[in-house]
Formats: sequence, structure tokens, C-alpha cells
Amino acid sequence: MHELSLVASILDQLEDELAKRPGSRFSKVGLRIGDLAGVDVDSLTFGFDALVKDTHWEPLALEIETVKRRQQCPRCKHEFEAEHWSTACPACNEAATVTIAGEELQIAFIEVEE
Amino acid sequence: MSTQIPVEKKVLNENQRIAAELREKFREHKILVLNVISSPGSGKTTLLERTLQQFDKNKRVVVLTGDLQTENDARRLARWGYPVKQIVTGGTCHLDAKMIEKHLADWPLDTFDILLIENVGNLVCPSSYDLGEHAKVVILSVTEGEDKPLKYPSIFFKSELMILSKVDLLPYVPFDAELAKQNARTVHPGMEIVEVSCQSGDGLRQWIDWIEAKFAAVRSGALELSAAK
Repeated sequence: MHELSLVASILDQLEDELAKRPGSRFSKVGLRIGDLAGVDVDSLTFGFDALVKDTHWEPLALEIETVKRRQQCPRCKHEFEAEHWSTACPACNEAATVTIAGEELQIAFIEVEE
Repeated sequence: MSTQIPVEKKVLNENQRIAAELREKFREHKILVLNVISSPGSGKTTLLERTLQQFDKNKRVVVLTGDLQTENDARRLARWGYPVKQIVTGGTCHLDAKMIEKHLADWPLDTFDILLIENVGNLVCPSSYDLGEHAKVVILSVTEGEDKPLKYPSIFFKSELMILSKVDLLPYVPFDAELAKQNARTVHPGMEIVEVSCQSGDGLRQWIDWIEAKFAAVRSGALELSAAK
């Protein structure tokens, strides 16, 4: 359960963003979380609500875009979603494919009220 | 009126910044750093004990070992004559780069060659935190399930090496080692795997050779630290 630490890092960075925009208010923060990030979205949402409650951030909405793991085949260049973690190329059976998406753990955007 | 502003920053930006600083210092001093991760009870401390016991005594190894509470692991590891420091996280389920930075502060970097970090027993949270290491090493013991790599894909994906531990127990447990290895390589194509028994000593040489090869690569400059996965 490191999701609380992640939320604390997110709020720290929002604080920096707020300092750049004095007088504005944030209404939403958007995150991008990949399948390989090792983050439980429900725990993160729970931790977010808990840490935002009764602070100057309230009300602050959370939007999470989850990103599926995608692989690319080095042999036939086929790109595919790794369903059930299966990373072998469905087109040519190559086993050693390369991960091209799914590791994201990012703050994508903030919504500012002006 | 509301406007959406792109931020596009890593959630763990601050951890990443400290990890990058550590990485630069490790590079400067040509120190090999390994981050060892597993569930509680898979044998991290025992593996490190056996490693220290058998390691080339001319190599200057130090160990940082993380736990929620107690200094027990540091006491166990200190018996082999290498400097060991316990990081008591006080409830935190993982080590982060700041803890490493803090605990290295009074260990001059020119006094050791290899830093072994034993993370908190947990397959989930440590996977998100870059400690400035060259490689993560994940341990899976044969008393666990073969499907752990599929249940905890993040850590198996990010680890360069998997150690299948307690293999002396294979005759007594319904564990399919081939399936476990296949699952690890499904999540992480091409993953390196070493089978080890700390009781019989089988595989320890192969694991120590793996460390020695990494260390040689660090010394020769062939292995540069890049941002960890």
C-alpha cells in the first residue's frame, strides 16, 4: 500500500504548480497509470480522497487514465496489447517482444479555474 | 471558466531526482548497486548471508537492509564481517531513494565497491521506487505459487534477474519450477533466472558469478547506470 505516498507526491507537485499560478484554483488532476506501474487504482483513489479531505485542495476531482501494456515485435514489427500478460507475438510467435507502453505513472494534466 | 493544462510529469518526480543524484555518485565511484526484492519469507536475508559468507574477501561489500521494524536482519548480516546498516522504515512498505541517500551519508563512497540493498519484504510497492541501482533482483521461493510473476507483473518486469530460491524443497512441494520460469518470461521476455538453494549451496556460485560479472562491467565502464525501469 504505497498509494498514500504516491498521493502525497502528487499533492507536493500540485503545490509547485499552484505557486506558479497565484490566485488560481485547481478543480481536477489527471493521472496516467500503466498496467506495469504496480499501482492499485482503487487504493490510489481512496488515498487521494483521504488526503484531500478538509484541506485547501477540496473540492478536487481525480481522473485516471489507465494504459494497457503494449508490446512490439522486433521481427515483424507487429504491435499488440499484452492480454493476460502474454507477450509472445500473436502474428509470428516471436517470444522476445519489447514493451512500448504500460509503465506510465504520470501526472498528465491539471484543470485550472480562472 | 476552466482550462486544462498539461503537466506530463512523473508522479515520483522527487524520488527520481534523488535517485538520479545517487546514480551519478555511484557512477563516479564505480560502485555496483543491486536492489533485492521479494515477498516476506522468500529468503532475502538468508541469500545475502550466504552471499557474504562466500564472497571474494578482497571486494568491499556493504549492505543496507530495510524492514518495518527491528534490527534483526542487520545483526544476522553483520556476522560475516562486512559493514551493514539497518533501515527501519517504521511502517513504510518500501525503501525510497531518500532513505538510501540518508543512510549512505556517513559511509564515504570511496570505501566500498558493491552495495547490496535488501528491500522491505513486499512484491508491490518497492517496484515503483528507483533507488539508483544498476539492477533489481527478485526472489521467488518454491513454497510460493508459480503464478506470482503473473500476479505481481510489475516487479518481475522490472527485475533483471529472478532467483528461484529454496530449490532443495522441490521434492516436497507441489511447485512446477518450469511453469514458474515460463510465467516469469511471459511477463519479462528473456529474463535471466538462477535456481538457488541456500541450504545445499546449489546455484550460489552462479549467483555470485552474476554479481562478479556485473561488477567487472561497472569497473570497466561497460555497464553505465541508466534510469532504472
